Amino acid sequence: MRKRLSMLCLLKISLSEIKKTMLKFDNVTKRYPETGDVLRNISFHLRHGEIAFLTGHSGAGKSTLLKLIAVMERCSRGIILLDGENLSGAKEYQIPFLRRKMGFIYQDYKLLQDRTVFDNVALPLVIAGFGHQEITRRVRAALDKVGLSGKEKKYPMALSGGEQQRVGIARAVVNKPPIIIADEPTGNLDPELAADIMRLFESFQQVGVTVLIASHDISLIAQMNHRVLKLDHGQLVSG
Amino acid sequence: MKRINRRHQTQEVKQPRYAKPARQDAQRTTTAGGNFVDKLKAYRDLHAHALFSSLGRLVASPFNSVMTIAVLSIAISLASGFYLVLANLQQLTENLETSAQISLFLKDEVSETHAKQLADSIRQNPGIQSVKLITKEQALAEFKTYSGFGSAITVLKTNPLPIVIQVLPKDTLEDTRGLEDLLQSFQQSVEVDSAQLDMKWVERLQSIMAVSQCAATLLNLMLGFAVLFIAGNTIRLELQSRHEEVVIAKLVGATRAFIQRPFLYTGFWIGFISGVVAWFIVTVMMLILRQPVENLSGLYGGNFHLLFFGFGETLELIAISSALGVLGSWAVLMYQLQHTKPA
Repeated sequence: MRKRLSMLCLLKISLSEIKKTMLKFDNVTKRYPETGDVLRNISFHLRHGEIAFLTGHSGAGKSTLLKLIAVMERCSRGIILLDGENLSGAKEYQIPFLRRKMGFIYQDYKLLQDRTVFDNVALPLVIAGFGHQEITRRVRAALDKVGLSGKEKKYPMALSGGEQQRVGIARAVVNKPPIIIADEPTGNLDPELAADIMRLFESFQQVGVTVLIASHDISLIAQMNHRVLKLDHGQLVSG
Repeated sequence: MKRINRRHQTQEVKQPRYAKPARQDAQRTTTAGGNFVDKLKAYRDLHAHALFSSLGRLVASPFNSVMTIAVLSIAISLASGFYLVLANLQQLTENLETSAQISLFLKDEVSETHAKQLADSIRQNPGIQSVKLITKEQALAEFKTYSGFGSAITVLKTNPLPIVIQVLPKDTLEDTRGLEDLLQSFQQSVEVDSAQLDMKWVERLQSIMAVSQCAATLLNLMLGFAVLFIAGNTIRLELQSRHEEVVIAKLVGATRAFIQRPFLYTGFWIGFISGVVAWFIVTVMMLILRQPVENLSGLYGGNFHLLFFGFGETLELIAISSALGVLGSWAVLMYQLQHTKPA
């Protein structure tokens, strides 16, 4: 711990700065033995309640960066802090609890097809050990927020792509995480639906949630006028 | 305002967030949303849900479930069947006279009077407890009653059975050395055709029993391992078919215990149901065997009754098979979940 502390002191990160920072990448490099460096010396931070886009051509390292945040992969060098906690050095038993602090949204929705909308959205709460009444209340509220009230008993197959994505979003926010990370959330949606989803993200930002959206939809990003982190061949070129 | 600021500052100094181990935070996250009783209820609900949903899954894929349970219950019924057969045989040997009785088969030419004299003279021996003379007629009558060859024996013109003197030595003589000496002295007497220490065949039978018991234990051990592996393999296949669900649960923060739980319950159900089915298989087999065995026992004049599983043994059988189901699943889950990406 002392080592970590001194390292942070060297980096001249003041305590108040850490408090304001939701997500911090500090000189992060990810190397795969087969392909070499996929991410090189990435440094950026997102403050509480900030919304940002992560963009870049395919293969630029967007997915790898998101995997590092989800602790699906570990970085080869550098430090990743989530709300002051070190993701890069987390022990295996700590990982589930760290993931409960993030809401992930995927391009392919990652819904359980044999469970109802209600059960899908309730999953993070069931895992976190919430009581039945609390689960019902929170799931209703989350579905209401994404405009899917009354569809609790439907199965994902019976919903349109946009609706399935909303179920994914409801699942991501139901546990009230301080950060939402979305991987190409509008990739499979038409522009109108995509704009709807983006407005939804903005509404989360307004209540203090940090939002990071990976997307290659340049026109949509341009419309939104938010911070853009651009990756190019594994390096951060803007943001 | 001042107070708030001061508190804010002390919090910053006392609890630098970057230095706090993740576990503390993790615990805070898990205990969020409700008091302890609510948590306990939620935990109980989780178990109840896993218990019944895993049973539901077994019912939902009846073909696979029936195949697995059939294989398991045959293995378990083989093991428990062996156990029961041995218990029955043991009951048989326990009833046998294990005292060192010596049977003297007299030569054919020895007359009954001579035999009586011989018996009397043996009785005089201080080392002898009792002597019983079985005449040719008595032996024949006994043979007719108990052997089941009653009608066949009447065909014979002469009685082929010898006169037998059964000698029971005193307890003091029951060390092997004294018995052997006595046996030898009988063998050397001219009237005696052969002298047989009855204990020997009891001993032989008992050692055969010991060997079969040992073999049965080994066999049961093997069958136990088979049950472990079959249950484990079933869970492995189940885990494969639910791989996506496992990954999604992991990504939304499920611990390994949460992911394992429904699979362990599936293992429990497989073991439990197989145990119950095996009990039925063995009991039905014993019911089928009961009549013939009792007929056979009747022919030998025995009072032999087939043993079935007792209440305690039934519970033991079901508990062991359930435990094997859980253990097999657990071993596979330990290995497979370790190798499932993401961590």
